[in-house]
Amino acid sequence: MSLPEGVFLVMSAVAIVSAVLAVGSRHLVHAALWLVVTLGAVAGCFVLMTAELLAWVQVLVYVGAVVVLVVFALMLTRSPTGARSAEVTANRPVAAVLGLLAAVGLGATVVAGFRGERITGARPGTAESIGDALFTHWVLGFEVLSVVLLAALVAAIVIARSGSER
Amino acid sequence: MPLLYPLLLSAALFGIGLYGVLARRNAVLVLVGIELMLNAVNLQLVAYDAWFAETLHTGQVLTLFVIALAAAEIGLGLAIVLAMFRATGTIDVDAVEREVEA
Repeated sequence: MSLPEGVFLVMSAVAIVSAVLAVGSRHLVHAALWLVVTLGAVAGCFVLMTAELLAWVQVLVYVGAVVVLVVFALMLTRSPTGARSAEVTANRPVAAVLGLLAAVGLGATVVAGFRGERITGARPGTAESIGDALFTHWVLGFEVLSVVLLAALVAAIVIARSGSER
Repeated sequence: MPLLYPLLLSAALFGIGLYGVLARRNAVLVLVGIELMLNAVNLQLVAYDAWFAETLHTGQVLTLFVIALAAAEIGLGLAIVLAMFRATGTIDVDAVEREVEA
């Protein structure tokens, strides 16, 4: 086993354990912080698959912005932050079975489809190569996405304000 | 690197995220589960991109799009959660459901 494979397996283990803690922790703020560890480990996996630009975007957008938003929302909604503050619903066993079924089903599908395939000679996703592809071939999608982001921003402001006027 | 490593990691993260969406009572933590599922999708896209080794980087560009959409989604989702908190005084999904039914 080569060094990147070993590092990838370690990163995978970190990601899975911290993801389980992020959805299972009884402590509300801890759950949000375990999400940081999961997203960081996924960023590490991106680096090992030569997607270096995406790894940085993942760290900036997810770890930087999304998790801060989540913690802000926990604060603004005055969620209880002590131990046992994150209660689970009564349908937890059903949720566990469905999650397990989804993971096993997807896992069986990819094993059946891609067993034995190896990643060799991947083209590194540097800022230059991704930028080239993004601003030549994918520029229409990029522009549509900027409109979507603007619409989401305006909608978020409208929704958050309309509640306070009532 | 075997292509199966990232794909199996992605399947596991998707299952864990689905459990989080279904089992959590706090609406903000439901959104955390959705983020985990989106990250599983991103891992698949990057893995296929590295496997195909194509010049247009379809997988990585689509991953960029998904990350941007996820940022828009969590912004909107948290705005809705805040509006829900103002209207009902709680972000417990089950309690809000009971209140709507009552």
